[in-house]
Amino acid sequence: MAAEKKNPMGKALVRRETMAGYAFMLPSLVFFLGFVIYPMIQCVFTSFFDATMNREDIFIGVANYTELFQDTVFLGALRNTAVIVIVSVPVVCIFSLWVSSVIYDLKGAACSAFRCIFYLPVVTGSVAVTVVWKWMFNNYYGIFNYVGTSTGLLEKNINWLGDEKYALGCIILILLTTSVGQPIVLYVSALNNVDQSLVEAAEVDGATKFQCFWKIKWPQIMPTTLYILVITTINSFQCFALIQLLTSGGPNHSTDTIMYYIYYNAFKLYRYGYGNAMGVVLAVIIAVLSAVQFKLAERD
Amino acid sequence: MKHKKFNRSTCYKILSVAVITILAFAFAFPLYWIVTGSFKTSAAINATTPQWWPDEWVLENYRKLFSRQYAPLWEIRIPFTEVLFAGPEVPAAIRWLLNTVFMAVAAMLLTCITAAMAGYALAKKRFIGRTLVFSLIVCAMALPKQVILIPLLREMASLELYNTIWAVIFPIVGWPFGVFLMKQFSEGIPGEMMEAAKIDGAGEWKTFYTIALPLIKPGIGALAIFTFINSWNDYFMQLIMLTSTKNLTIPLGIAKLQAENAMDFGLIMAGASLAAIPIIIIFLIFQKYFTKGITMGAVKG
Amino acid sequence: MKKRKIMALALSCLMVLSATGCGNGNNGNASSPAAGSSAAAGSQSSAQASASTPAADGAEITLWTYPIGKWGDAATVDGLIASFNAVHPEIKVTVEYLDYSNGDDQINTAIEGNQAPDIVLEGPERLVANWGARGLMVDLGDLWTDEAKAAIYDSVESACKSNDGVYYEYPLCMTAHTMAINRDIFEAAGALQYIDEANGTWTTENFIKAVKAVYDSGQANVGAVYCNGQGGDQGTRALVNNLYGGTFTNAEHTEYTANSEENIKALQLLLDMEGINYDASIVGGDEINMFCNGTLAMAFCWNVSQEKNNLDKINFDVLPMAFPSTGDPKLCGGIWGFGIFNNGDEAKIAAAKTFIDFMANDEKQAVESVKASNYWPVKDLGNIYEGDELMTEYAKFVPYMGDYYQVVGGWAEARTAWWNMLQQVGSGVDIKTAVEEFVTTSNAAAKGAQ
Repeated sequence: MAAEKKNPMGKALVRRETMAGYAFMLPSLVFFLGFVIYPMIQCVFTSFFDATMNREDIFIGVANYTELFQDTVFLGALRNTAVIVIVSVPVVCIFSLWVSSVIYDLKGAACSAFRCIFYLPVVTGSVAVTVVWKWMFNNYYGIFNYVGTSTGLLEKNINWLGDEKYALGCIILILLTTSVGQPIVLYVSALNNVDQSLVEAAEVDGATKFQCFWKIKWPQIMPTTLYILVITTINSFQCFALIQLLTSGGPNHSTDTIMYYIYYNAFKLYRYGYGNAMGVVLAVIIAVLSAVQFKLAERD
Repeated sequence: MKHKKFNRSTCYKILSVAVITILAFAFAFPLYWIVTGSFKTSAAINATTPQWWPDEWVLENYRKLFSRQYAPLWEIRIPFTEVLFAGPEVPAAIRWLLNTVFMAVAAMLLTCITAAMAGYALAKKRFIGRTLVFSLIVCAMALPKQVILIPLLREMASLELYNTIWAVIFPIVGWPFGVFLMKQFSEGIPGEMMEAAKIDGAGEWKTFYTIALPLIKPGIGALAIFTFINSWNDYFMQLIMLTSTKNLTIPLGIAKLQAENAMDFGLIMAGASLAAIPIIIIFLIFQKYFTKGITMGAVKG
Repeated sequence: MKKRKIMALALSCLMVLSATGCGNGNNGNASSPAAGSSAAAGSQSSAQASASTPAADGAEITLWTYPIGKWGDAATVDGLIASFNAVHPEIKVTVEYLDYSNGDDQINTAIEGNQAPDIVLEGPERLVANWGARGLMVDLGDLWTDEAKAAIYDSVESACKSNDGVYYEYPLCMTAHTMAINRDIFEAAGALQYIDEANGTWTTENFIKAVKAVYDSGQANVGAVYCNGQGGDQGTRALVNNLYGGTFTNAEHTEYTANSEENIKALQLLLDMEGINYDASIVGGDEINMFCNGTLAMAFCWNVSQEKNNLDKINFDVLPMAFPSTGDPKLCGGIWGFGIFNNGDEAKIAAAKTFIDFMANDEKQAVESVKASNYWPVKDLGNIYEGDELMTEYAKFVPYMGDYYQVVGGWAEARTAWWNMLQQVGSGVDIKTAVEEFVTTSNAAAKGAQ
């Protein structure tokens, strides 16, 4: 690579490289442009129209966007999405780091058994996990209410998913159980790869365990942390099955996320243009976020 | 003093392991509840006092699951004709399982092939527009699919792919994470080896095939596992794109089951078992590779 | 070099195919797997090629049914279709079964996906007020012959056509939605004294007393105002409207009137009653199940078909009741029938009409079709439920049927807003504010639809 850069590239070479480059890119580009970029352009385009089922779209300029920022449900959904991301990302990171730091040097099969169990909810699949949690949270037959009331923790049954106060919390809890599997696997391997000689040297110098962790290990697992931040953020944004299957955004829009609200606008209210405008806003937010994260990653 | 310190950290360790063990039970509990729930009688399920271990094991729920709807096991249409080969009628849930496997495997293979080639080109070819393509890929990577739901649905409709499994597969293949990952892996291919191959008279394809491919194989493995799990759980696309009973995937089938019989938890758990058990078995068999795949994806990503 | 690449691609496609040769094929126009994996552009042409050669004779039509009695049950519907095919072997009917939670979304995505069903079995609120109003349905004027108009009850006829007089539904059956109580629990609680068992009616005052008695007897969950969403809204609407004689829309079906004093009073009453909970975690179907297994002492989402379909689950005496009211109860009616989506294929539309004509008008078949729904015919077919005690018991509610107002514009939006309003009330939002918001949203939708 370095050698190539030094050589002044002749025009013929550039052409050849370009040809070859696109030849290799072609299969991937067909799918990428066809099923990601093209719909994205369509999305931006129709967001300026009042589009609905079986009617010619009407151009309305930025009306969809101005309406968006006056729509209390949308703003609520934006807030809920932010809450999910802001709560779940740090919790997932800290929790998985803690678990990994405890289990990574366990002897024998213990570490891999733990890793395996924490990864189970990921492989079980979001729908299967959701339906069983729905049962466990059930107001009448759920195990949480049973355990809660029979141990005296709860005075009376709580309608977990039907109560504004608890519904979003319940959803975040489920999201957490399905999100920590991968970070734990990653942290365990990162901690195992920490340069042991540095740790030992520090211990000889009388560093406490905490100092050891903070000064030696933490910088070395930093890239892993960044990666985990990125994937957990993406994951939290994409949380849809949980909402759709558990609460449908209710009660009183308290668990609406933008993801779900787009779906809701499209297939319950037939407002395609409006839904697309939301999609654009969300895409911009996410693009900015990932750009920031990439800048951070590059700097390190 | 040293002695005391040692003690304290051991204490912390034992305590932590104990807490984590309890948490591990909590994490495994939903799965336990799915499997045992699927064998409980409906009386046991609707009892206000739950049975931690089923008093009576019944296959009733599975019988109900398998006798609800039927679909041909497979259907293969000869392209450009109306000739259709259909398999024997089986319970729809079996067909759903097969659909899901097909979808996940097809998405995995297509993603690996296209991403390996594209990643190689992005890393090793200095072509015009490379930076532009790469920035597009990075920007699009975090994009949730719901954002483009309506245009994608209309596009699939006009391509007449709506309500076929391909409508689910193609967007997965289009998702550029794989390309990004493979680019990171391909960066490690030594330029000298490629030069040497070129001097030996190898063409572009041969260089890729004989030099690059063996070097990025571990990366492809990681991507394969990643894509497989992701597509298995890609509930959203399936929900939008598939409607006919015979075209459903198992997660979607379970979701429908739940919508129709929300309070028949036994039946739903039977469905959930059917959805979860195969992939868990796959996971347990290939556990080592899963772990490796996930880690490698992260190191390079 | 190029050749090998193509070879490799082709090989991989083959691998995909041979690994599991399935996952392909849809209603009529399938895409080919090989073309699919090569490239999007390729698959487009092949799919079009296969779609452009429809079977010339012997149309294939799709029927999507909501769970209307046994019309949601594969075994029953297979039987009905078999008798259709005995007369019309040239028409192949494929059936999909919808549920009330996701059915609407499913049809809506299918419409956008150009794969709307040919026939759908549902009521005017969807067929006429929603899809019909959006211009997606076929005008069924030619099924509505003078003979049909004369035979079918006038109230049903007017519900099946849009405001400008186009028929989008050809009706099959109807019922009055009631509520039901668990007679065993009420008896044990000594609450039967508040009920007119013979007529199946009770006053609001007695309803309050009865619920209190049942609650005091130790039944913590007497009833649930389910409001998670979708389906079964008629139960909650009828309950709220009847308690103090409110209305849902004005008499002309142009405006929503749920913000009236009577309705607010009713919503407040339900909120204050012990034993009745606004439950945003369950839908109508869940409520029915919970009533059937004894968790709840009464069901608001009820009709004769619910009892018939759940006979094997119920181990107590079900007492169907009209909704409690200060005057005469006004029950919500259900009218179900067929509508045809305009998929642009004349042959299919013709075949679909043949199917509807057979199911609803054929002398012998019509009785079977109606019986499959467990509801009553929309025209005089004689006493088709001769000797059926259950049907006779429920027949007494039919005269209580109120105005069929579900044809008001913007119905789909209003229904979503209705659930949200109930959720708001349940979670403590001021009732006046909540109903005002509901009426504003719904009236805006109604205006938009006109």
